[in-house]
Formats: sequence, structure tokens, C-alpha cells
Amino acid sequence: MKTFRIGGVHPAENKFSAGKKIQQAEIPKMVAIPLAHYIGNPSEAIVKKGDLVKVGQMIGQANGFVSANVHASVSGKVNKIDVQLDASGYKRPAVFIDVDGDEWLETIDRSPVINRECNLTKEEIIKKVQDAGIVGLGGATFPAHVKLSPPPGKKAEVLIINAVECEPYLTCDHQLMLECGEEILVGVSILMKALGVEKAIIGIENNKPDAISHLKQLATTFKGITIEPLKVQYPQGGEKQLIDAVIRRQVPSGRIPVEVGAVVFNVGTTFAVYEAVQKNKPMFERVMTVTGKDAPNPSNYRVRLGTYLAHVVEQAGGVPEGTGKIIGGGPMMGRSLMNLNVPMAKGSAGVLYMRDEESIRKPVQNCIRCSKCVSVCPMGLEPYLLMAQSERNMWPEMEADRVMDCIECGSCSYTCPSNRPLLDYIRYGKATVGGIIRNRNAK
Amino acid sequence: MNLVLISLITLGVIGSVAAVILYVVAKKFHVFEDPRIDEVEEALPAANCGGCGFPGCRGFADACVKSDELGDLFCPVGGNDTMKKVAEILGKVAVAKAPTVAVVRCNGTCEHRPHNNEYDGVKHCFIAHNLYSGETNCSWGCLGFGDCELSCEFDAIKVNPITKIPEVDEDKCTSCGACVRACPKLLIELRKKGPKGRRVYVNCRNEDKGHITRKACEVGCIGCAKCQKVCPHEAITINNSLAFIHDDKCKLCRECVIVCPTNAITDVNFPAPKKKKEEAIVN
Repeated sequence: MKTFRIGGVHPAENKFSAGKKIQQAEIPKMVAIPLAHYIGNPSEAIVKKGDLVKVGQMIGQANGFVSANVHASVSGKVNKIDVQLDASGYKRPAVFIDVDGDEWLETIDRSPVINRECNLTKEEIIKKVQDAGIVGLGGATFPAHVKLSPPPGKKAEVLIINAVECEPYLTCDHQLMLECGEEILVGVSILMKALGVEKAIIGIENNKPDAISHLKQLATTFKGITIEPLKVQYPQGGEKQLIDAVIRRQVPSGRIPVEVGAVVFNVGTTFAVYEAVQKNKPMFERVMTVTGKDAPNPSNYRVRLGTYLAHVVEQAGGVPEGTGKIIGGGPMMGRSLMNLNVPMAKGSAGVLYMRDEESIRKPVQNCIRCSKCVSVCPMGLEPYLLMAQSERNMWPEMEADRVMDCIECGSCSYTCPSNRPLLDYIRYGKATVGGIIRNRNAK
Repeated sequence: MNLVLISLITLGVIGSVAAVILYVVAKKFHVFEDPRIDEVEEALPAANCGGCGFPGCRGFADACVKSDELGDLFCPVGGNDTMKKVAEILGKVAVAKAPTVAVVRCNGTCEHRPHNNEYDGVKHCFIAHNLYSGETNCSWGCLGFGDCELSCEFDAIKVNPITKIPEVDEDKCTSCGACVRACPKLLIELRKKGPKGRRVYVNCRNEDKGHITRKACEVGCIGCAKCQKVCPHEAITINNSLAFIHDDKCKLCRECVIVCPTNAITDVNFPAPKKKKEEAIVN
């Protein structure tokens, strides 16, 4: 069975919420829809205080090419456009809407019929995806229309769908594949058409045998789509790792995947593309997992954008006793939340409760040069060296040692027997070196 | 005897040839260095802190000798006395500058600014800042892990273990600016020391709107502009809901200290207050 060739770890999977049906989360009394994105410029609000909006109405206009439209996830009255704390405690612009009923735009097709035919041209599909504000749901929330328009001279040969869900605990993609398999495959064929490729491969880790067999069965009726079971290995969901695992090509340092002929989309994004193109439904909700070892009811919810996490957590039975940290996202890449009064954004894949004793960092000891971090780094870097350089502010050396290739997967910190905070230092170094490079390029 | 003589002569000849070569090379490739650089360097405090903006004291001495005027060149450690000496050596005019001191613009002690989460990561301000906003609701305030303390070569800034806010020892501070560069929250500023060390400054960096600041911290600047209105010298400007007192215009009248509703303006080294705050409000 295939997997990527460099590094990788295998943490305990703990997929407690696997097989739990996706429930529609209750619509809250008020939402705060974030206008800022993880990458690119924040969108500009195009509604004012007091405006009445319907579900699916555009409220934020993309600002620049690498940016995405934002749509109302509820119907009601715009209360204010103000700043809202994000998961790391910094203020970001958001549109606050007081909910009144649940009135959708008439253009959105809400029938459960699966519409398999798509007669649109390539440009029309990309336009629809862009209008619907679709961003990658794998975590980096990169706008989908940018990926669908490769730079001139570059041609995609194969579309790879990321359905590995390598993060422990999370099950939202798994459940989506089981419940909306056919929609996903229609979405894949739409993306193939938009990219002009003949072949699509869906990579799924083999800890989800039900999803593999379900999609394999469905894929027989679609042309050019194959399912590739992969060995369980973290971080297989990383773009470059997945390309290596599925088609055995390595993306060179500092390049983008399309240069080796591959384009990667997350399975959740594919479903959103289906909904946007076939049902005219912009991206205003997503599936997220609420889980944890002590979680009263580990489950998958379809949540409207801008819902406060506290509201979702309450429906799932509240925060269990003895929780030390609450993580937004998975345990490896997620960040711990300052509080639960954080609105959910397009990239929020889960809420994870960690027990007190699990969450406390163990005392840091000296590096014993065991080189475990080097052997697990999926990008082939030397984390112990990068950390030492970051501690000493050796930025040019860090750049030469390719710190910008780091995907921040955390395998090094996970594996270190001396509990050294490798990723914290590398992330700091990466941020600083990235700033230096941007300044240099601006000159 | 012969042997001794031969070796003496041989060595002597080799030595003189080498000496001639060395002499010629030394003359040919001589780099003229102004002797005054050494003199100036001698007069400098030899702290090599980089506070002047040059690589070490010699770099600064070199710049002093080469520049026509001493206008922008200033040794923050030695201050006016040192610059006077340098000016005498070089026969140039030193521009006297008011001595400055590092000022930490955050008063968010545990008492004023309740903590709402606990950080257990690497105890460095730059790492914590890179991860999130901090242990309190104020995303602008001091993190308290003491990067400034580590950066100071003069032992002049120390994090108070009780308040978790750094305190500057005015006598030791040379205003070299190392802590200014070390603080990821940009809290530290070099301000004029003022007559008898008296100075008035806004002890806050929070640029949030008033109601947000209020919730986060008892002593944050809420940008109400009362100080700006009351200031007779137009020394206060307000940008992004944050007041700033310009030390070149401030005449230390302390009207602003009295009107500030959140006590965000701090005066230091003044004798006991002239008027009590309550009286001022009644008047």
C-alpha cells in the first residue's frame, strides 16, 4: 500500500465520532461572520448596519485575486460590522447578524435530487466557484478559483482529491464521504472539467474501509475517477505529501504542485463545489467534528459559518469535566482556543477537548542528538538545527536550511523524546524569515 | 667559530631582507587611519551596545571622524558629556540632546487586567506573540516573559515578579534601545528623561475602541480625548483610540493626569500631587 516516502508519524487515531451521522446544528440567535481569511486580504463588507439579508446573500466582496467572497449564513438583520476576536485572540473584522427565521435566496436549489449533468464551460465553472466564495477546506483555506486557474504555461495532468483525513480525532470528511458520496464524485468530475484533466485520483487512508468501498462502488459510473487506498501516516493530508503518495512525484522546494502536473483539492471542498455549481449554493456552512476522549457525545455537525463555537459545544453536551485545553482543529495542526466565544470560520474542522493531564507540556530537556525529528520530518528538514538557529536569531542560515519549506505539521515536536518545543521556534523563525523575504522582494 | 659566524651572517641577511620587504609592503599597502579615531574611541564608554546605530564604539568613532557635523550622531550611553569630549577632540560642535530613558507603556498588572487563560508554552515573548495574543483580553499589552530583560546589557530592566510588568531602573538605563527592539508588542519607547527625571506619559498601547479596552483592562487608554481637550500646549494627539503625549511639547503641567478617567496617564518623579483628583472634578 502506498504512502509518502519521507518521514511521517502515526499518532493514535482516536476517531470516536466515526460513523456518527452528520446532524444539522441549530441556528443560533446571532452570528459573527468573519471577513478575514487565513491567507490573502480580508474581504470588504458590502452590507450596512440595519440591512436585511437572506441565507446565501453575498455580504463580503473579495478584495484582490487571492481572497474570497463571504456570504450570509443566516437570514436576518445586520446588527453591526465590527471586530471580533479570532481563535488566537487578535481582532478581525466580522459582520454580526441577528437571526430572524431561515429564509434562503430563491436561486438556491434546496431539493435533495442529485444533479449529475453539468453543461457549463470551464470559465463558467470557475466563475461560479469564485462567486460562491469557495476556499480549500483542508485547513489553509486557499481560494479554490486560484487553484483552478494555473499560471500560464502550466498544465495540470491529474486531479488529486485529499480524502485522507490524517489528523487524529477528526471524522468530518469521512462522514461526508459516506453520506454524500455521489455528490462528491459529481464535484470531482466538475473540477476535472474546469481543469481540463482526464484523470482524478481520490486518496483515502485505509482506516476508512467503509468509505473506500462506498466510493469505489459509486466511481464505476463515473469516467476517469479512481480510488487509491493509502497507508495511514501523518501528515499525508499535506499537499506535497499526498502528491508523493499517490503519483510518486515530488514538488521541488518553493514550487507549487501544478508544476509537477497535479492539483489537490480537499474532499470537503469538492462537495462545496458540487453545491455551488449544481445547486447555486455558496459556501456558508461546513461539517465539523466535536470530539475528545471525555466528550459526552462525539459527533459531526453541519454548522453555519459565524456560529460561535460555544453554541456548537453546548449542543454536543458541553465541555466535559477536567478539560485542560480546547483545540480548534485536529490535535496535530490545530491551535488551542483562548475561549469558546470564537465564531467558526471556513477552515474550522473541529473542536477537540483535551484532558488536563494530556494537555500540559512536559518539562523541556536537552537535545540528545537522536535525530528522531530529522527522520520524521516529511519535508526532509533538520528541525533540531532550525530550532537552534531560531533561538540564536540566525535568519540567513535558516533561510539557507529551507525553513520556508516547513509545513508546520508538528511531527518533530510530537516525536521529540526531550519534549523540545521544536515547532514553536521553527514557526517563529519561519514568520521572521518570511517577513525578510517579503521585504526583499518588495524592494 | 666559523660556523657561528656563518649562521649569524646568514640569519642577519635573511632578517634584513625580510625587514626591507616588510617595510616596502607596509608603505605600499598602507591604509591611512585617522589617529583621531583612536582618540575618540578612547573617550567613548566602550559598552559596544549598538545604541547609536553603529557596530560597536569603534564604528561610531569612525563615523564621528568622517562626518562633517555631529548633528545626528549621539552616544546614548555617554550622553552629552561624552559627546562634548568627542566634539573637543574633533573640533566640531556637539548638539546637546535631552537625555532619554526607556519607558514601558503598559500598566496591565494582574490586578488591573485579569487573566483569562494560562500559557504553558515556551516562556519567551516572541514565541507567545507568534502563537496568540496573550493571557488576558488585551491583545496589546505586556506578555511578561521578559524578553526585554534578556536583551538589556546594563541590567536596567527587570520584570517585577508580582505585577509581571517590566520596570526600568532609570539610573542604569542608557537608552540604547535594545529592549525597544526586543519587545514584540512594541510597548517600550525612549522618552525624554525630563527635568529631575519628571515625565508624563500614556501608560498604554491599546488601540482598540474604548468599550473593548474597558472590558480588557482597568487602566487602559479608551481614547476619550479628555486629555487632548484639556492640554494647554497641544502636546497630545489621539490616533486609533489611543492618546500619545509628545515629549517635545509637553510642559509637565499634569492637567491630563487629573482628567484621565481610567488613570492611564502616569506621572513619575513628581512631588506629592498639587490638587487631589476629587477637588479638581468639583472645581
